[in-house]
Amino acid sequence: MRYAFFLGCTIPVREIHYELSARKVAEEFGIELIHEPEFSCCGFPVKSVSHETALLMSARNLAIAEEKKLPIVTLCNGCVVTLIEANHEFKKNPELLQKINEKLEKVSGKKYKGTVKVKHFARVLYEDIGIEKIKEKIRYPLKGFRLAPHYGCHYFKPSEVYDRVDDPENPHTLDELIEALGATVSGGMKKNACCGGAILGIKEDVALQMSFEKLDFLVMNNTDAMVSICPFCSVMYDGNQKKIAKSFERELNLPVLYYTQLLGLALGYPPEELGFSKNRIKPKDFLTKFEKSYPSK
Amino acid sequence: MEKTENLIKSEDLDLSFKYIVKNEPGGEGIMKCYACGTCTASCPVRAIDETFNPRRIIRMVLLGMKKEVLSSDFVWICSTCYICQERCPQDVSITELMGALKNIAVKEGYIHPGFKAQIQAIYSLGALYEIGEFENKKREKMGLPKLTSQRKEIEKIFEITGLSKIAKEEE
Repeated sequence: MRYAFFLGCTIPVREIHYELSARKVAEEFGIELIHEPEFSCCGFPVKSVSHETALLMSARNLAIAEEKKLPIVTLCNGCVVTLIEANHEFKKNPELLQKINEKLEKVSGKKYKGTVKVKHFARVLYEDIGIEKIKEKIRYPLKGFRLAPHYGCHYFKPSEVYDRVDDPENPHTLDELIEALGATVSGGMKKNACCGGAILGIKEDVALQMSFEKLDFLVMNNTDAMVSICPFCSVMYDGNQKKIAKSFERELNLPVLYYTQLLGLALGYPPEELGFSKNRIKPKDFLTKFEKSYPSK
Repeated sequence: MEKTENLIKSEDLDLSFKYIVKNEPGGEGIMKCYACGTCTASCPVRAIDETFNPRRIIRMVLLGMKKEVLSSDFVWICSTCYICQERCPQDVSITELMGALKNIAVKEGYIHPGFKAQIQAIYSLGALYEIGEFENKKREKMGLPKLTSQRKEIEKIFEITGLSKIAKEEE
């Protein structure tokens, strides 16, 4: 199983613990992540301003993977939706692809034929590895932990471009991945909430309140940690949590962990190797609880 | 005497606006809206901030209130969660429609400073965050492969689409 590893802008600079833990997990399951230094920003932040520019950026990245004959795997919901949407648009409208290619050839001498498959890493775990195989490999089940899935909107929507693999009103794949760890799923009602990240730079108070509502709900529901699969969502719930707690005068202190960190822990990797020290809200109590469950470890 | 300053005057409307939107990628479905309000009722931004009202925005476009829509702050605060798009019984593709409105606003010279800052970062850094020696040293210590800035490639893309003009504008 070989994939061109699409890191995007945020993860390799600001959310390195996600990359570290994903690499460990990938190794364990025989997923080969090929480093591709030519990849750039996916185009997501540009789409609202210039759809054409975003498509060109996507096409360029897709063309790079196509040259290497590799499918793309990403860790970021923003990257995955942008690349998949570009593919979807090109497939629906070959003329558009032709127009984009004319410009792409001029700027970088590349041409995209439209053959590259793109997947989120969590989807690779769910579809290519599978729940059963994950369960088989778990050495330290997270029994007694209440974990709240956070899908992030772009992991499964727009459902049209994802062939409706997850129900847009009630997604289930991350719930199953969490249950595979031996944990209990909590806060299900808010699992598909929007973090507000896309408008953080536009209307901060609204964005922070969107995040606050889910954090508050999970804290009230005795959640041990929120499970994220998107760096933007983590920036909101983890990176901005102290700010949110302060402005809403509410003690939150809810760890926000990447699924890959939790899977790594359950597979037996030490927390240091999974970047647990880099989460902004320190998961100290969480790790103590884990260590207590396995005193002989 | 009746107050008139808040009235919509027919001579101020641009009846071609809805066709401009319809021809913009993402805006194709606008004419199908029958104003049921499912979008507004579902919207998590609207639940907090009443200035954002997708149904109202669509009505404004259909009426031809071009300047009011394009110069507004509200077109910029869609969080792109896609709930409205998934639930719309008329397949208006509202999230994409909001994207189309933003794209038109930019062409007409209106861009939100928050988005402009993002564009400028990508234009000057090739990414949202800087990838330099400092970042690579940090990565190297953790055994992670080196990143290469693609600034030049992005610059060329921005030049050919004209987005570089906006990226180079002063505040």
